[in-house]
Amino acid sequence: MVRDMTEPVVTTELAAAHGLTGEEFARACRIAGRTLTYTELGVFAVMWSEHCSYKSSRLHLKQLPTSGSHVLQGPGENAGIVEIGEGWAVAFKMESHNHPSYIEPVQGAATGVGGILRDVFTMGARPIASLNSLRFGRISATRMRYLLAGVVAGIGSYGNSFGCPTVGGEISFHPCYDGNILVNAFNLGLLHSDRIFRGAAGGIGNPVIYIGSRTGRDGIHGASLLASAGFGEASEEKRPTVQVGDPFAEKCLLEACLELMKTDWIVGIQDMGAAGLTSSSFEMASRAGTGMRLDLDRVPRREEGMSPYELMLSESQERMLMVVCRGTEEKVQEVCARWDLEAEIVGEITGTGRVVATFGGRVVVNLPARPLAQEAPVYDRPSKPPGDLLARRTLGLAAIPLPDDFGAVMRRLLSSPNLCCRQWAYSQYDQTVRSNTAVRPGSDAAVVRIKGTPLALALTVDCNNRYCWLDPYEGARAAVAEAARNLACAGARPIGVTDCLNFGNPERPEVMWQFKEAVRGIAEACRQGDIPVVSGNVSFYNETEGRGIHPTPTIGMVGLLDDVDRHAVQWFSAAGDTVILLGTTREELGGSEYLFQVHEIENGSPPAVDLEAEGRLREAVIEAIGRGLVRSAHDCSEGGLAVALAECCISGDEAIGAVVDLDPTGGSGEAFLRLDALLFGESQGRVLLSCNSEALAEVLELAGRHGVPARALGSVGGDRLRIRVGGRSLVDEKVAHLSGLWRGALDLLMTGPAVPDSPGGQGEL
Amino acid sequence: MRIAVVVFPGSNCDHDAYHAFKHVLGVETVFVWHKEADLRGADAVVLPGGFSYGDYLRAGAIASRSPVMDEVSRFAGKGGPVIGICNGFQILCEAGLLPGALMRNRGLRFICRDVFLRCETSGTAFTSRLSNGDVIRLHVAHGEGNYFATPETIVRLEAEQRIVFRYCDPTGRLDPEWNFNGSLEAIAGVLNEGRNVLGMMPHPERMAEAILGGTDGIAVLGSLLDYLESLPLKGGKRGEVAREAAGAAQKGAEGTKGASGREAGGRCKAV
Repeated sequence: MVRDMTEPVVTTELAAAHGLTGEEFARACRIAGRTLTYTELGVFAVMWSEHCSYKSSRLHLKQLPTSGSHVLQGPGENAGIVEIGEGWAVAFKMESHNHPSYIEPVQGAATGVGGILRDVFTMGARPIASLNSLRFGRISATRMRYLLAGVVAGIGSYGNSFGCPTVGGEISFHPCYDGNILVNAFNLGLLHSDRIFRGAAGGIGNPVIYIGSRTGRDGIHGASLLASAGFGEASEEKRPTVQVGDPFAEKCLLEACLELMKTDWIVGIQDMGAAGLTSSSFEMASRAGTGMRLDLDRVPRREEGMSPYELMLSESQERMLMVVCRGTEEKVQEVCARWDLEAEIVGEITGTGRVVATFGGRVVVNLPARPLAQEAPVYDRPSKPPGDLLARRTLGLAAIPLPDDFGAVMRRLLSSPNLCCRQWAYSQYDQTVRSNTAVRPGSDAAVVRIKGTPLALALTVDCNNRYCWLDPYEGARAAVAEAARNLACAGARPIGVTDCLNFGNPERPEVMWQFKEAVRGIAEACRQGDIPVVSGNVSFYNETEGRGIHPTPTIGMVGLLDDVDRHAVQWFSAAGDTVILLGTTREELGGSEYLFQVHEIENGSPPAVDLEAEGRLREAVIEAIGRGLVRSAHDCSEGGLAVALAECCISGDEAIGAVVDLDPTGGSGEAFLRLDALLFGESQGRVLLSCNSEALAEVLELAGRHGVPARALGSVGGDRLRIRVGGRSLVDEKVAHLSGLWRGALDLLMTGPAVPDSPGGQGEL
Repeated sequence: MRIAVVVFPGSNCDHDAYHAFKHVLGVETVFVWHKEADLRGADAVVLPGGFSYGDYLRAGAIASRSPVMDEVSRFAGKGGPVIGICNGFQILCEAGLLPGALMRNRGLRFICRDVFLRCETSGTAFTSRLSNGDVIRLHVAHGEGNYFATPETIVRLEAEQRIVFRYCDPTGRLDPEWNFNGSLEAIAGVLNEGRNVLGMMPHPERMAEAILGGTDGIAVLGSLLDYLESLPLKGGKRGEVAREAAGAAQKGAEGTKGASGREAGGRCKAV
């Protein structure tokens, strides 16, 4: 190969600037059998970046259970696929777009949504539901408000225009995200279970077609330099690596792809997302064991003078690479023309096992596909627990005074950033387009019906980052358990998980330890619940100037309902109904939102998760809902039983009161609990039900049969929420007032007095 | 009876409108591609919601100049009923088939929520199942639904009873708080002069089944079907008649009063 004299000489230093270590660069040169061209260096840099290669995580992810009788596609493809019956399957995945969203919130979040939508429709599925999991720093900071407003607007602008409803999600705030926000986008699509498309480039001689938007200079090195390194002082300069989204182009691309997928012309298809044309070409060839010839001169472009390096690495949005049967090219182009999309033949499949790209008559890339894609370096990085772990988990409860006014604590919690109503955000998302949304955002899980069948899906995303900071293993188990409990509260049985694992710098042993512990926890909880992990994403390097985020292994979970009419929502709806608590309350205040909000304490051990008991609880709740015995079901999570009760009263269309009397022993029959633990502790495995008086006996019988402790606490009705313990009144609040505080809080927080930006406070690991 | 749903490349409520008419109301429904100049013998035309061409310019501005719109104009000119929902309303205004314009929402944010509408003009081709003052609950999802028109236009719309829906509170009272997008005079839907073209921002097609949160949308969609039903058959081709029926909307609707949206909901086939 002849070096283009206008391009830089490839040296170890240049490789280092591309993020390759000396060892990796040497390995790259061995694979090439010669010095790399400049374009090839770029190819190696992105393919072996943490973001694309999972080199630090791959080894550990093997622990996750990924198979099951209904799993049609596990991890390794653009999205996982699970069969749901009646000839249908669902494809889903969650992915992070953290770094771009911090640099440029609107476009960063928008293209995060765009990317996950493409991952799903690449598999042959029509996207029908989106969720998102968002983490921000202190909302009092001006910049944080700008980021929150921008991210929400960005998610809305893309999803609303594209026409996929956003049906749920979570938002939480903690100072550890001051310098690194998290934007995790989830999407689910529906497809016929016998019409799955994959990213494999089969059939020697078949043409390779580029479909969609033209290639520009946006997003170059998004995967390697932005997503695979921490932030420092120069973060603002990385703005050019953020892509710009065009949801209208994506909508046309979707419709054209789905139309083409009805034919038998397509051999393989993959979107050009992270690492653009490079990853799609290398991965598709690698999966099929073939090679690919690419003529870069034929790549449609929006700018003059783009180099082969830029063409291979651009992360311009809304582009697909498709391998089609020879002879069908013109028909494919006709369909694309109907949608005003460009469809250019840019190459063909070869049997060489190599990706060879030419530009201006020169070969600029000539590399074997497999070593770059599937045989990327794998690291078993050193790990050790953080030195202050013991101190973190030490909680001296005796020194913490009980509140004088439990009603005031309730009001404070309901209007706090992490517990208040998210209507401000989700009212900016189209929640109902495609007319399938049976339960909109605001209940434990969203419910989306499948037209033409009695089936429905329940969807949720969950993670308590503080629990994970205190104990990543227990926190990850809790995230899986809570997600599954949320689905059960809608009446659904979990069928699959997608995870989005957000961590700091994996080269630091403390971060690596958190990661390994979290994966161990997810693996154990999913195995115990028989819930396969079918797709996922790892996002490392979420740190700024050496300060990392809390470990945040977000769990996206999908559940199935056999009968959409037999679902439940979380809010009380009928006066006279009985309130039932399933599960036991223990003296567990560690890591609670109450301690954080009221006492500014984050220490302790997070509440323990009994996976076996969680399974029985789910079965009981699913059966109660499936038999139509209960009118509402709501899990107890952040804020504990008292906040859960308040949510049951105020999260529906119309607020309704309740009067309850709690067992001072929390149902254990043993010692009396601290009152704040009883009301605001976050013991796992608890669900609040409401049912009419005729069903009460049956519900209690059913719970007993499943081995789940159950107790009638009181009844729904009136205009006040009254919580008593052993006859003593602790909370007595007008529900209309609580509702007003809860619903209006986020608006107030976004517009209240701001403090100047400050660097992350308590954010060590 | 045949309903045509026009599909622009960025329409995204086309499937919803199709589903509501075809599967909930059981009427023959066809899609018409925006590049076509043939409404396929339809008796009524739906311009669905969405972002017709991305709406990066003004919502509906490009769609209003697409080939199919010439045909829609001709159809409307002959009295054929046309309903534009959300983006469809924006397109009708941009095409000059309806007066006024839809600006960005007060507050400049996209808003998705349930709203209450008060029927201001019953007995039209789209409101025969409602009485004046009836309140229905529908869903909105838009960024540009803030209705605006000149004072003269508003006076004229009032005088000619062409304001069909206003945003109101659950009891039917007008309240600036409930006029969430800031529309002038709380206007949510208006008619053309011929009374056969309706534009409205809320989505009746998304509130046509109990499982989706309500069936009040049937009051609007069902009224349209009642109207088509009421047209005299001539030579067996109802579509021809519809196109000659300019101004007949009010008259035609008189005989079909009765079923309110809620009652009508019971009739629909749950899917």
